[in-house]
Amino acid sequence: MAGSRPRLFQGNEACVEGAIAAGMRFFAGYPITPSTEIAELCSVRLPQVGGTFIQMEDEIASMAAICGASLAGVKAMTATSGPGFSLKQENIGFAAEAEIPCVIVNVQRVGPSTGMPTSPAQGDLMQARWGRHGDQDIVALSPAYVEEVYFLTVEAFNISEELRTPVILLMDEVVGHLREKVTLPGPGDIVIKDRKKPAPGSRYLPYAPMEGEDGDIPPLGAFGDGFRFHVTGLTHGPDGFPTNDPGVGEPQIKRINSKISSRREKLCKAEELFTEDADVLVVSFGSSARSAKKAVKDLRAMGVRAGLLRLITVWPFPDHLIQRIAAQDLKAVVVPEMNLGQLAREVRRCLDGRATVIGVNRVAGRLIEPADIIRAVQGVT
Amino acid sequence: MGSDLTKYLRVEKLPHIWCAGCGHGIVTRAIVKAIDELGLDPVKVTVISGIGCSSRAPGYMNFDTLHTTHGRAIAFATGVKLARPELKVIVITGDGDAAAIGGNHLIHAARRNIDLTVICYNNTIYGMTSGQYSPVTPLGSFASTAPYGMVERPFDLCELVMGAGGTFVARSTTYHARHLTNVIKQAIQHKGFSFVDAFSQCPTYFGRRNNLREALAMLNWYKENAVSREDWAKIPPTERGSKFPIGVFKDEEAPEYCESYRKVIEKAMKEGDAK
Repeated sequence: MAGSRPRLFQGNEACVEGAIAAGMRFFAGYPITPSTEIAELCSVRLPQVGGTFIQMEDEIASMAAICGASLAGVKAMTATSGPGFSLKQENIGFAAEAEIPCVIVNVQRVGPSTGMPTSPAQGDLMQARWGRHGDQDIVALSPAYVEEVYFLTVEAFNISEELRTPVILLMDEVVGHLREKVTLPGPGDIVIKDRKKPAPGSRYLPYAPMEGEDGDIPPLGAFGDGFRFHVTGLTHGPDGFPTNDPGVGEPQIKRINSKISSRREKLCKAEELFTEDADVLVVSFGSSARSAKKAVKDLRAMGVRAGLLRLITVWPFPDHLIQRIAAQDLKAVVVPEMNLGQLAREVRRCLDGRATVIGVNRVAGRLIEPADIIRAVQGVT
Repeated sequence: MGSDLTKYLRVEKLPHIWCAGCGHGIVTRAIVKAIDELGLDPVKVTVISGIGCSSRAPGYMNFDTLHTTHGRAIAFATGVKLARPELKVIVITGDGDAAAIGGNHLIHAARRNIDLTVICYNNTIYGMTSGQYSPVTPLGSFASTAPYGMVERPFDLCELVMGAGGTFVARSTTYHARHLTNVIKQAIQHKGFSFVDAFSQCPTYFGRRNNLREALAMLNWYKENAVSREDWAKIPPTERGSKFPIGVFKDEEAPEYCESYRKVIEKAMKEGDAK
């Protein structure tokens, strides 16, 4: 089917339209800059499609409410920024442990603490991965363009449904507030995925792995559908009830990690530009990657063999992509990011000493410009 | 005489984790008894709890059950109820869970008048962590973190919920088990936010430090100190001492949140550019 005529969309607006297209029918949120437009637009758009918006009393309650709605069978999302993302962490961990599909949008702003509410940052890369207690792998997607926000929001819902897991859409203030031309796809042009459901009338074990493809992801019933099942944040067995037996608990904890890490190659999306013959690689994500792309193009025009790896999936981390490119003898890897080196740290881990990693970092709201990146590359060529 | 209540329990999960003499089994029985007497379809009942001794109850109850994070049961329940308003959503919480870490959710759910039934297993102590004071621990009583006696003024949870706008508020105790069942029945039937403050003895961690070491002594204390709200009104405030009122303190009609929001949806679908 034909898509819409192109029109200007704000990143936050594209997120809402993508979510609705993906089937979101419940949003709970709390006002916080620079994500507030997402809540405002949901309050307008959701009831138009028969969905529900609620402004909760705080960030924690918003995260709790979307878990509840999802367990009642409705696709659900919340949106926040820096301090709110910190507050949501405990219940994101609950969603990971209880395997509740949901989408958490974090439009990153300058931190730490209250920081700079209207200025962009990418300082929550590590919080997205490690912000909660205990071991749990997580999926996080990071768009760089407004149109990409739309499609990645759909993708975030699809992954959350397929893997029964919370998915983080890691935006930043630039992408959230930017207005760009977007052509919305027609209703049949995007793939929408829904969680596997248990067979009606069956004895339902909500956390029991099954035989066959994707058998490590058990189906998810909805409250009210007759399964009368139990959900807890306590370490639990296949029946969903708490256990202190390490022999039962360890496979459960390992499974919520391996269901993501074992799908790393399938989950990891990235954009590559001139990587096949690059001797300097620029690795970036989100809005910083826009400057990185311009820098790499300019460097090529100057005769420098620069290449770009723009991470679209930031978690799980695409070790395999970085290692593949690193096999071609790089002089250096330059990592522009609006934090003090969170991505660079991961890149260094993947390279394991095979190439020098040079960070290009800003942390107080000023964007990284292509010239900053060009200078860093020229320093090593 | 009555029907077999074990059909509402996950009997295979028993025995429960509660200490000998704990009142929480009595409150749990009162809830399933109320559900039974009301003839609710168990498939359409969802029971949601937070963290603490009380919050382990749903694990033993044969419905869709959700054991959430500390203090957040009402917020999870708000999501469940809004997503499926046809479900009867019952929240089981404790005094620490509901009134300390979860106090914000309690007052805001009451303010919205969303159709949830919140039953607070109120033992005036943090039992799971072995006896620290809660926001309802009486002045002067002892707790592991109040070794010199409690100096913080306690909440009256019924007054709190009424002040916040809850439309059905009642209190009972584990001594008054039949009365407790009746007020829970009324709470479940009430359209809007309903709250039952169910006093439940903790001889192990509250009683032991407060000269009420035996469960029976605590039940007798409830018997001797609980007075009906009618009688309570007749006692001059200076003579009330340790007495406390039980009964239904508020039962009012007001617009219920899910219904109000359903009207928002109808309006938006009619006026909006729904696709």
